[in-house]
Amino acid sequence: MEYGFTIATYVVAAVLFILSLGGLSGQESAKRAVWYGIAGMAIAVIGTLIGPGQGLWPASLVLIALGAGVGYQLATKVQMTQMPELVAIMHSLVGLAAVIVGFNADITINMVQAAQSAGDALEGAFATLVAKKAPVEITILRVELVLGIWIGAVTFTGSVIAYGKLAGKVDTSAKQLPGGHLLNAAAAAGSLVLMFAYLGGMGSWTLVLLTILALFIGYHLIMGIGGADMPVVVSMLNSYSGWAAAAIGFSLGNDLLIVVGALVGSSGAILSYIMCKAMNRSFVSVILGGFGGAAKGDQMAVEGEQVAIDAGGVASALNEADSIVIVPGYGMAVAQAQQTVAELTRKLRAQGKEVRFAIHPVAGRLPGHMNVLLAEAKVPYDIVLEMDEINDDLPSTDVVIVIGSNDIVNPAAQDDPNSPIAGMPVLEVWKAKQVFVSKRGQGTGYSGIENPLFYKDNTRMFYGDAKASFDSLVPLID
Amino acid sequence: MKVGALKEIKPGEARVALTPDSAAQLQKLGHECLVQSGAGEAAGFNDATYEAAGVTVVADAAALVDGADIVIKVREPEEAEVKRLRAGQTLISFFWPAQNEAMLDAAKDTGATVIAMDMVPRISRAQKMDALSSMANIAGYRAVIEAGNNFGRFFTGQVTAAGKIPPARVLIVGAGVAGLAAIGTSTSLGAITMAFDVRPEVSEQIESMGAEFVFLEFDEPAQDGAATGGYAAPSSPEFREKQLEKFRELAPTTDIVITTALIPGRPAPKLWTEDMVKMMKPGSVIIDLAAEKGGNCDLTVMDERVVTENGVIIIGYTDFPSRMATQSSTLYATNIRHMMTDLTPEKDGVVNHNMEDDVIRGATVAHAGEITFPPPPPKVAAIAAKPKEKVKELTPEEKRAKEVAAFKAQTKQQVTLIAVAAVLLLAVGLVAPASFMQHFIVFVLSVFIGFQVIWNVAHSLHTPLMAVTNAISSIIILGALIQIGSSSLLITVLAAAGIFMASINIFGGFLVTRRMLAMFQKS
Repeated sequence: MEYGFTIATYVVAAVLFILSLGGLSGQESAKRAVWYGIAGMAIAVIGTLIGPGQGLWPASLVLIALGAGVGYQLATKVQMTQMPELVAIMHSLVGLAAVIVGFNADITINMVQAAQSAGDALEGAFATLVAKKAPVEITILRVELVLGIWIGAVTFTGSVIAYGKLAGKVDTSAKQLPGGHLLNAAAAAGSLVLMFAYLGGMGSWTLVLLTILALFIGYHLIMGIGGADMPVVVSMLNSYSGWAAAAIGFSLGNDLLIVVGALVGSSGAILSYIMCKAMNRSFVSVILGGFGGAAKGDQMAVEGEQVAIDAGGVASALNEADSIVIVPGYGMAVAQAQQTVAELTRKLRAQGKEVRFAIHPVAGRLPGHMNVLLAEAKVPYDIVLEMDEINDDLPSTDVVIVIGSNDIVNPAAQDDPNSPIAGMPVLEVWKAKQVFVSKRGQGTGYSGIENPLFYKDNTRMFYGDAKASFDSLVPLID
Repeated sequence: MKVGALKEIKPGEARVALTPDSAAQLQKLGHECLVQSGAGEAAGFNDATYEAAGVTVVADAAALVDGADIVIKVREPEEAEVKRLRAGQTLISFFWPAQNEAMLDAAKDTGATVIAMDMVPRISRAQKMDALSSMANIAGYRAVIEAGNNFGRFFTGQVTAAGKIPPARVLIVGAGVAGLAAIGTSTSLGAITMAFDVRPEVSEQIESMGAEFVFLEFDEPAQDGAATGGYAAPSSPEFREKQLEKFRELAPTTDIVITTALIPGRPAPKLWTEDMVKMMKPGSVIIDLAAEKGGNCDLTVMDERVVTENGVIIIGYTDFPSRMATQSSTLYATNIRHMMTDLTPEKDGVVNHNMEDDVIRGATVAHAGEITFPPPPPKVAAIAAKPKEKVKELTPEEKRAKEVAAFKAQTKQQVTLIAVAAVLLLAVGLVAPASFMQHFIVFVLSVFIGFQVIWNVAHSLHTPLMAVTNAISSIIILGALIQIGSSSLLITVLAAAGIFMASINIFGGFLVTRRMLAMFQKS
């Protein structure tokens, strides 16, 4: 059976997917781009259902409808602050689906071979495709599906752990079993051995064992990465889910899977690269374990003391200031304070003050996390600026308000060569005339590094839950 | 310790180094205060007010110097005063050690310590005792008032029923403390004020006070005032020519000129030449604050008011601070009081003359029978941080060369990458069958497109990007759809699970993306 029509729909879908990703270059075109993506997906699914996927199509439609219901629930119920968790858990579904499809392929191959030796007839589109393959092609097919299963399994457990860490259900600090990366390396080596065993025709049990090893690697790898590195982890898993899809595409001989898998894979890879660059760390060092590696020497001792201030003090400074920059961080997301912050912004802007937001590339737990939260609170996106756009303006700024961020405003990154975050680009808020830091308590941030900013002369600490603090602040602005 | 303020002996000097207020503060430091009878009379503080503040009034200078451990005064001491000093005693006053070597020798011979208020280093910490600045501030203000006194018109422009009055045009040369004070006074009186300084970095200060900076077209690399402790340094002859040319251009339209240009340790530069004076309108006023050092104007006569043939009034008074004796005494006494605070760190009335301290070391010109002038450079660097060296403008040729080099490097990098990739591909092609290679081409091209497209994604849209890629990575549903029609029940069940999970992802992912994007709004 040839499915010329299906291939045609795949071409259209692939073009639509590319346009969809390309459209994300601007806020306005992005709204159109999503529709391209949706249309592409619809065309691809319908094309498949009409063509090679027509077996049991009513069941497929019912399942899709069920999935749609669950997906709709998830998407509409989720809080914007929980976006990182949602994205992580959805990655795990892709990973699991890849594992399932890979196993199915293996079972099909075995079936086909059994049927061929018995001379039986075959049912199903994929089986017929497999039946036509030469022995070399079967081997390649197996390599591909091993890759697909392996990456899929790593993605699955990795995403589940990442979800757990982001949702606070798993301890966020970097934890590893004794043996550390040796364990990972051993598991990877074991996987390789098992792959050759599988290719050598040792049977499907090797594949099951390999999957278990991959699941372990996914679990152990992500457990070993601290919470602060989660933006990189999430985008890395995003990339993996793409590569898994591409590998499965190879084994199924489906070009659309390959195209989309490659697009997603490279997108995740680039995002990870951007995140790593923003933290001045190499990708490898992030993956091989978070902060808290051996320090290169003594960190500078921090002198001075943290001076607290109440809402009244902050309000009077804000009333007098002309230019204000707000630096949001994960703390704002945790406290759900974005609406209050937006309210404050509206009030200040109504008085003709210049209010802007400075977003560090790794603020929050997901690339672009803060932008989404601020957008939810209806903060116009043209006053939300990136680090490079605003760093030069900070020295002439009257008041900077830091809400629940820590490492991204840590001057030690520039001053202290022994700091674990030395060299990481940071927002230079301490150059502003006055800095207020809204923070729950005196503790250190996610990475556990002391922040000299809090001890500077022009810094005042505004202790308390971010939402409660800003709720008390807003009525004082006049 | 006993701190005693002498009455100034120079005729016309009305200031005094101790006020009842500063005495009260000194007493808090544990010191006892003395004042010579009549010392504060001219500044508006009579003996009774001193006594009310707990100050002992002493009849004459000799008795005061005998009774005091620390002698304070305003003007540099004269011979008679120096002779009265004894070993172990401290004198705090203006001293001008560079110009007053004979007096410095005499002071050293007495064994007394001399702290010169004019030698306080110009660092942030010492600003509170910088008497030169506080006096210059008064001089600048008073210069404008004096000019107004001699100028026959309003400062501010007015349109009245009796006719239109043009505003006065004031030019202030030298924007140090005195110049800036003059600018402030002049603009608040309503005059059109222009100001000039050889240090281009003060243009911002000038503009902040409300005056217009007289800009000079000159190519010489700008000298940095911070390197000379915040004071101006002599300028090159070419620069001077350019400057005079500009002044000549301004002279006919300027009503009032206030010159404040001084270079430490040198005669005042001649900036307002005779021909400029001749160009000015009758009734114009020149106030020369540099008269004591020879004057910035050719025709200035020290301590005199002269009227030129064409009716220009030139004022060369040197006692502007003394003309506002109450104000200047208050400020000077406060400067002295701050100096005493630094000298008695324990606030127990015991002077600890710490020669390790930058400020005290800098101001001390004679100590324990030795001349300690000039002081070593202060350990703390000058006032303003040096501005960063500007990146040199590249010539077009250099730019071109740089671009070419960058282009070559880029080409080299790309060619290497392509070569490596091509070799790898060929290696794969050698072993892999054709059907695989067909898919492989698609894969490589897609990765390529992915890289090209994703770099353009806006930073703020990274979360939507993740959600979209997540949604479309559920394209894996196609695999499950194809497999579900299999004859094996196991495969069908597994594939069904796959379809279910993937479709959650598709709908969830796209919906969440739409939700997020709908929130992005322009203001």
